[in-house]
Amino acid sequence: MVRLEPRRQHSQAMVYLSPVLAILMTLVVGGIIFAFMGKNPFDALYTFFILPINNSYGISELFVKATPLVIIAVGLAMGFRANVWNIGAEGQLTMGAIFGGGLALYFHDSESVLLLPAMFVLGALGGAFWGAIPALLRTRFNANEILTSLMLTYVATLFLSFLVHGPWRNPEGFNFPESRPFPDAGLLPIIFEGSRVHLGTAVAVFVVIAGWLLLSKSVIGFQLRVVGKAPQAARHVGFRQKRMVWFTLLLGGALAGLAGLFEVSGPIGQLQPSISPGYGFTAIIVAFLGRLHPVGILFGGLIMALTYLGGELAQITLGLPNAVTGLFQGILLFFLLASDVLTKYRIRFGSIAAKGRTA
Amino acid sequence: MGVATVTSTTGEAGANTVKGAGGPAQLEVRGVTKAFPGCLANDDISFRIEPGEIHALLGENGAGKSTLVKIIYGVLQADEGELIWEGKPVTIASPHDAREMGIGLVFQHFSLFETMTVLENIALAMNDVRDMDALRKQVLEVEKTYGLPLDPDRHVYTLSVGERQRIEIVRCLLQNPKLLILDEPTSVLTPQEVEKLFETLRRLADEGCAILYISHKLHEVKALCQKATVLRGGKVVGGCDPREETAKSMAEMMIGQKLTAPDRGKSREFGDVRLAVSNLSLESDEQFGTDLKGINLEVRGGEIMGVAGVAGNGQNELFRALAGETEQQAAPDSIKIDGKSVAHFGPRRRRRLGATFVPEERNGHGAVPDMSLSENGFLTAFRRMALSARGLIREVPTKSFADNIIKTFDVRTTGSGAEAGSLSGGNLQKFIVGREILQDPGVLVISQPTWGVDAGAASAIHQALLDLAAKGTAVLVISQDLDEIYAICDSVVVMAEGKMSKPRPMADVSIEEIGLLMGGLHDLEGNATPANNTQVEGGRVGQA
Repeated sequence: MVRLEPRRQHSQAMVYLSPVLAILMTLVVGGIIFAFMGKNPFDALYTFFILPINNSYGISELFVKATPLVIIAVGLAMGFRANVWNIGAEGQLTMGAIFGGGLALYFHDSESVLLLPAMFVLGALGGAFWGAIPALLRTRFNANEILTSLMLTYVATLFLSFLVHGPWRNPEGFNFPESRPFPDAGLLPIIFEGSRVHLGTAVAVFVVIAGWLLLSKSVIGFQLRVVGKAPQAARHVGFRQKRMVWFTLLLGGALAGLAGLFEVSGPIGQLQPSISPGYGFTAIIVAFLGRLHPVGILFGGLIMALTYLGGELAQITLGLPNAVTGLFQGILLFFLLASDVLTKYRIRFGSIAAKGRTA
Repeated sequence: MGVATVTSTTGEAGANTVKGAGGPAQLEVRGVTKAFPGCLANDDISFRIEPGEIHALLGENGAGKSTLVKIIYGVLQADEGELIWEGKPVTIASPHDAREMGIGLVFQHFSLFETMTVLENIALAMNDVRDMDALRKQVLEVEKTYGLPLDPDRHVYTLSVGERQRIEIVRCLLQNPKLLILDEPTSVLTPQEVEKLFETLRRLADEGCAILYISHKLHEVKALCQKATVLRGGKVVGGCDPREETAKSMAEMMIGQKLTAPDRGKSREFGDVRLAVSNLSLESDEQFGTDLKGINLEVRGGEIMGVAGVAGNGQNELFRALAGETEQQAAPDSIKIDGKSVAHFGPRRRRRLGATFVPEERNGHGAVPDMSLSENGFLTAFRRMALSARGLIREVPTKSFADNIIKTFDVRTTGSGAEAGSLSGGNLQKFIVGREILQDPGVLVISQPTWGVDAGAASAIHQALLDLAAKGTAVLVISQDLDEIYAICDSVVVMAEGKMSKPRPMADVSIEEIGLLMGGLHDLEGNATPANNTQVEGGRVGQA
């Protein structure tokens, strides 16, 4: 008989092992799916997970894709720690891109060095503004932030679509639904020559460190954790939940907005109807894959970035549909949540009596 | 079957003789062993209960009583050993089986639906669905026979705790049990209600029903039971006739060491009023909660005041109002700490003024179970003990504060890095109490200080509270345990239905008066007549 048995104390080992386990299971199940589709599973997995990063350009692309994922996921993790379920990072990302990108379009012939910093600020503000709406609805009317933040995502992406089809369409763009290209002063500097790795990647590393300090070493991070783990204890010592809802949604929104701005002023260079392949949603998986810990998120972001690159290559070389990327991400999240059970429980085979006696 | 004829007719515990001697026991437990990971909950337990016997199962928390009850009631299966029912070995696979055989269980925590009627709740618990009218008749009959008045059509949320317990008992009696198990049945009752319950139980026993009575209240066991089996650490450490023992001797058998009464020191001088509550009225945050109505009390420096009362009469609401946890604000000036009005303050500002608080629930309220002891020390003390600076946690003083609590209060743990949830109830309580006491508070409000705590830890906590008061702190102890209030308090107030009685010095208030006040008879204050004082005499030594 196989049974789950509660552990007396959380297994620290399993906290770190469960993502590894989940990745292994994802590979196995992914291989089976490839086999069913008539592909050699080993070739397919090689194409998906190794080929994209077996040269330096591939690795640089990994950083480019991981940058927004990591920045957003650190912000989301703060909220998840406090039981604030911000699912709308995609919308906050879009609003950040609109606010910051709008500034670049307004000053489209500027050469000022102040333009880029101002875009940073506006991008963060845009995301924070979009996070503030669910925060207000939650604290005022007790509306579930999962629903409101998710719905606001569609509002934001449609708003962007409206802007680039209408008022912000490039007058010299042959009627394509795109904005003007940003001026050079509004583009992120490239860090490594010959790649697309931009300043945002450095910011992502900074965000990881700052996030770690905030969460583990600061009083506000402590409050976040207490509010999430034991709301009644938080009330007992006067850590106010509403304040945490505001703090995490504003912070998460601002970081997502910043990530959105980095996309449009980095790899894309203008506003388009679609500026993100679902980074805001994938970042949720990244946050959990990284154990809601900023350093873990750094690794989680790199792994999820790989699924994007692998998905692209699989389309080109294996002729598989784009849905493969989403499929892999979904399977990974599934196994991650499943293997998380093992941090609180252990698997036992057969009768427990004999073992219990000696323990 | 093997039930012997009933001879005894008196209701006196002392007069009850064990019937059926010589015949097969109603239930015999033979060598029952049950292991859980890392703990042997029951180790080769054997004892027997005769028909008509009231048998006590004694032991501290964690001694293995609940596990044994669950095995007898079919909730758990023993790893080894057997159960003999009326002379035949049986397997009890589920509570359903147990009820079929004639085993009834009255839980410590009731499993009732508040918005349904008494009758509906009873119907839900029956093994087979019956005709409701027939059931109503049966219920009324049982109520009449055993003196358990209860309107079948009342909604449960309108009932007192004692009345709720009656539902559970009626439920069991309807199934004509041959063995009735009661798990800590009196923890929620007033002394008068306890006496009523005992009358019912004695009548049942006279009719031949065996009763397994689980309690750690020794004076009750002494008043009710004819035999006792004492468990410690999962093993049977002895049996006795409670009528021939003292509460103290049984307590020592339970904990396996000599008991020392807390040292109250010389009669203390009281200082200025440090905690003042005047005319505090507050609506409860919770549905079915109790509103506070015009509460008045004053606790002076050096004084320990007890708040007695049956659970659910506003004690939790009072605690939350004092700690500043309530959503609504109390009226200005209704709560004062050292003369300063704090009614509009949150918990942090009250703590800054030197008040500390220990809630009843340890896990998730007083402590965060999956955080380390260091972090749990930081939780309430970071301001007063200066454990943070410029918004950051100061790791070294935080750890040494936790280490200090662990050392001073003898908390058994692997160290300050251990998760709070990994500690036993008593050790975690010592940690939490220690955390508040080491902050050198001017006012300490503590709710159920020794709830579910073993006797060793309980006496350590009592001593710590006495020492704290001796240093000039005003201590308010909210407790359902009258023994505890008698052991450490200088004065007592009683809460009933959200109202509070006038404070009385402990020395000139009898336990009967407190019992009457607990029942809500505030108008009798001052001239309460001793109604029945059968079982309460030993009360003061019980927990000592």
